[in-house]
Amino acid sequence: MATETLSRERVLEIIEECGGDKEHLLSILIEIQRECRRNYINEASARVVAEKLDIPLVQLYDILTFYAMLETKPRGRYIIEVCNNAPCYISKSHVMAKFLRKELGINFGETTPDGMFSLQYMPCVGACNIGPVIKIGDKVYGNLNEERIRKILKELRENAQ
Amino acid sequence: MAKTIQLLTARCGKIRPDSVADYIAHDGFSALKKAMNMDPMQIINEVIDAKLLGRGGASYPAGKKWKQLYEIEGDPKYIVCNADEGEPGTFKDMVLLEKDPLSIIEGMAIAGYVFNSHDGYIYIRGEYREIQKLFQAAIDNAVKANYLGDNIMGSNFSFHVHIVSGAGAYICGENSGLLNSIEAKTGRPRVKPPHLAEVGLYSKPTLVNNVESFASVPQIVNMGGKAFQELGVEDSGGTKLICLSGNVKRRGTFEIPIGGVTLRDIIFDPEFGGGIPDGKELKCYHLGGQSGPIGFPEQLDTRYDHTSLKKVGLSIGSGAVVVLDDTICMIDYLKKVSEFFIHESCGKCVPCREGNRQMYMILHKFATGLATEKDFERLERLSFTMSTASSCGLGQSACTALDSCLLHRREEFEAHINGICPVCLNSRKYGDQYAY
Repeated sequence: MATETLSRERVLEIIEECGGDKEHLLSILIEIQRECRRNYINEASARVVAEKLDIPLVQLYDILTFYAMLETKPRGRYIIEVCNNAPCYISKSHVMAKFLRKELGINFGETTPDGMFSLQYMPCVGACNIGPVIKIGDKVYGNLNEERIRKILKELRENAQ
Repeated sequence: MAKTIQLLTARCGKIRPDSVADYIAHDGFSALKKAMNMDPMQIINEVIDAKLLGRGGASYPAGKKWKQLYEIEGDPKYIVCNADEGEPGTFKDMVLLEKDPLSIIEGMAIAGYVFNSHDGYIYIRGEYREIQKLFQAAIDNAVKANYLGDNIMGSNFSFHVHIVSGAGAYICGENSGLLNSIEAKTGRPRVKPPHLAEVGLYSKPTLVNNVESFASVPQIVNMGGKAFQELGVEDSGGTKLICLSGNVKRRGTFEIPIGGVTLRDIIFDPEFGGGIPDGKELKCYHLGGQSGPIGFPEQLDTRYDHTSLKKVGLSIGSGAVVVLDDTICMIDYLKKVSEFFIHESCGKCVPCREGNRQMYMILHKFATGLATEKDFERLERLSFTMSTASSCGLGQSACTALDSCLLHRREEFEAHINGICPVCLNSRKYGDQYAY
């Protein structure tokens, strides 16, 4: 369902679906971001939200840049988030991180040239009992090794086609 | 004899989480019924007698918090449940949210009845998107069955629960930051006082409790405060969900009676952690999340309750127990902790924003063998400044882990000055170091 950019109508629909008031601002922004193929919130969408919820655009920008889950610049279609907090570190998450960098040929904070994958760190998602973990979309993958990571990447590449 | 207990987790896995019928079949909503025939002050007294210490991390007595709010004039009052579980190594709230959401709703509704509040908010972290959906289904079902919503069970008491999503900010777990976030602001903490009981959500009197605290409330009402307290120890009643992770054979969530086990049991007993895997030795364990203290093998025989742990400089915090084996270098681990706080500091106050960066840089000097004796003094002064001058709990507690290491394992820091840390020299050989 992901599209390149969301129409004004769709943004308004999402606002309604999420409750339509300021209290649900973060859910609204997360949903907008999820529907955008490049996993970010562009200025046009932000303007619609600001206008509809009566929030100054500058305050909305403050919010967009404050919360780690929200992004104002285009990213890859799939965002691979690696937990780098201490419990996963103990479970050798840094080895997984190194392997992912090698496998994708990009550093953390970067996107592959084909726009398929972005690599970034994330805070603890409460899956320390199956560390080291990565998260792609809403799905958390645990007990990782190199073989499993290869398989996950392969499946995602196939899905995208 | 089994050392675990099933009180808050009794229903987990046995019922469909969003089903009101299943919940009632397992004693659900009986506490709400009972509470609605009680005087609010009577309920508060039960919570006080229960000696329920807040389960979010700060261990503030819940009964005291409730009494303070009760004595404050103001209308409306708001009930807020803090489900922004972001403390690394903690996943206990997730278990309750995922497997027994109605117990949290019931606890919130009882609080709503006590304070004659009509609106409750539960702030669930953005990463738990699936759980938010499940929780909404549980709310909808409870409303349908008239245990929530308008005129609950035919009475004139109405209470609504709203879900608010977070978006990946650890600082929103700080209660005033959380309220700002609900108000569609950035989640930076407020200056206190005034306390949230006086000036909370939308500047109205507000009660903020953790998921586990709210889930304990129906138990307290049902069994009585005294009986709940007797499950634990004299000054801290009830049970606690602990989260074991890191280098142990069995990782996961366990429920224990407070004071019923020792740290040694938690890490080595087959019923819990079952010891350290791959024939390694225990090096230390980090309690209560990143902002908690680090414990060492010589403290293992301490009982797991608030008072006993406090005596040896440890604390329960959120209930996290992260176990480290002897292949992990203390300095490396502390750098990891420090990285976390650099990332999560909201940037509002200088001691926290700059202090964490400085701390990381000094630790990095130790890691690379460039530190001198003078750096000990720098670390200690920095830690003192941050813990006294930071504006909120995040900055104040960011040095707790470092402090316990400086106190108990100074020799490991010294070894780095002399360039002979046996652990990290070893791992460097295998290329594990500086993976980033």
